[in-house]
Amino acid sequence: MFIPCDRGGGSVAPDFKGFTLLMPAVSVGNVGQLAIDLVISTLDMTKVGYFYTDCLVPMVGNNPYATAEENSVELSINAEVYSLPSKKLVVLQIRSPFIKNKYRPFCETLLSWVKSSKCARVVLLSSSHAYQRDDEQLLGTPLRYLLTPDLEKAVGGRMKELNWKEMEKVAAYPGINDTDKVLHIPGGGITKLLFTESCSEGIQMAVLLKFCSEGDNIPDAFVLVNYLNEWLQLIKSEVSTNNNSTDPSSQWKIPSSWRLLFGNGLPPALF
Amino acid sequence: MATFFGEVVVAPSRAGLDEEEEAREETPEDREIRREIEKKRYRQRGEIKDREIQVLWSCAEESLVCSRFIVAIGRNAAAFLSSFILDSVCWEVIGVVKLWNEWCRTSSTTNVLPTDSFCLFYRLISDPTVLLCQCSCYVAEDQQFQWLEKVFGSMQKKGLQVTILSTCPVADYKTQESTLTLVSPFLKALKTKEFQEQVCCPLLEQPNIVRDLPAA
Repeated sequence: MFIPCDRGGGSVAPDFKGFTLLMPAVSVGNVGQLAIDLVISTLDMTKVGYFYTDCLVPMVGNNPYATAEENSVELSINAEVYSLPSKKLVVLQIRSPFIKNKYRPFCETLLSWVKSSKCARVVLLSSSHAYQRDDEQLLGTPLRYLLTPDLEKAVGGRMKELNWKEMEKVAAYPGINDTDKVLHIPGGGITKLLFTESCSEGIQMAVLLKFCSEGDNIPDAFVLVNYLNEWLQLIKSEVSTNNNSTDPSSQWKIPSSWRLLFGNGLPPALF
Repeated sequence: MATFFGEVVVAPSRAGLDEEEEAREETPEDREIRREIEKKRYRQRGEIKDREIQVLWSCAEESLVCSRFIVAIGRNAAAFLSSFILDSVCWEVIGVVKLWNEWCRTSSTTNVLPTDSFCLFYRLISDPTVLLCQCSCYVAEDQQFQWLEKVFGSMQKKGLQVTILSTCPVADYKTQESTLTLVSPFLKALKTKEFQEQVCCPLLEQPNIVRDLPAA
């Protein structure tokens, strides 16, 4: 599945042992994917390979993180892997939806790659339909987290220190029986499947998600990536001297491919 | 999601995953029922249609040696090849793709009309390592990978250079100005870093992308 890039020094596969794998779920508002774009763009991560898979709709374009003429002509496809060894971080970006009935094989292959490459843990960025929140979820923070039991032991305490809210379970049979609770992440794409599989296979996985709706999801992406940063500290949040508050939003670099997200310029003849 | 008229609708989501698909946990009985329904849906005049595609070559060789492969995808690109490149003197038909999907069906005949949906392979008689493909049919997303593996799997690649010709609507082109004032048609290209030759037109700028079979 994983094909390393040929970087001129032979095609030795990069070593991800002990790394944190950060990846998005293709979910409502594409918030996870937008947040991943911000991480790759800001940390100027190097592409180390891609996934050769028949599970995602094919797409190709030029470098979405181009900053100049020289680096704008590298091809980019639907599932690519970037790395930053100094932070022991490997990032998977997914750029297209799943082909019908192919999401399960993709999850299986992905988790088996996680195990074979010996990644220490997986952090999945996702989102869920805001309109499906219950009365309590409508109040307070729209951000939630989930930890597999293996990761709970390691970092559960940190989440409590950060005052983070765990994703609530819902009644399996609402109105009939409130005792059976299940995890329900509407609009989360493969989030629930990946999470439940990781629980049963002993993979350390954290899910960070935001309740949102379809629309201009750039602000949602910033909120989610700042949430991630509270824990992983990927970039330093500088204290602003003006109002004495930390607002790291300005330190994330928007990639050049985010131009024209809502269409072209208007024809002058319209006016 | 509630609309302004007070009705509740399920909003389409970019998550790309049906809720029913996600929630459904199939028992063996369910699987059997679903299989029977699919067979019935696709059975027509005794012919079961499925998503598998077949690549049929007329030549006897096990694998074709190929140094240049030109693929024209879509009716416009296929018509371009028919008008300017192909003729019965220099090119011979050597293969055909047989497939079915909800949008079109191709057959194994090589005698096609320009209005038909077809996918044919030609070989240059004077240099049999030069192959050409005219694919005017739509290859569905779950068939694209199959097409790729079966077509390229039949080739012995010898310093292979692949050229893909395709068209997209001008309205899909993302640019700062309005596409109304854009001079069209115009050419854009994408190339791999291994392609060292001069490209005859500007490269496709971000945020534009290519999808489906040309991307595959």
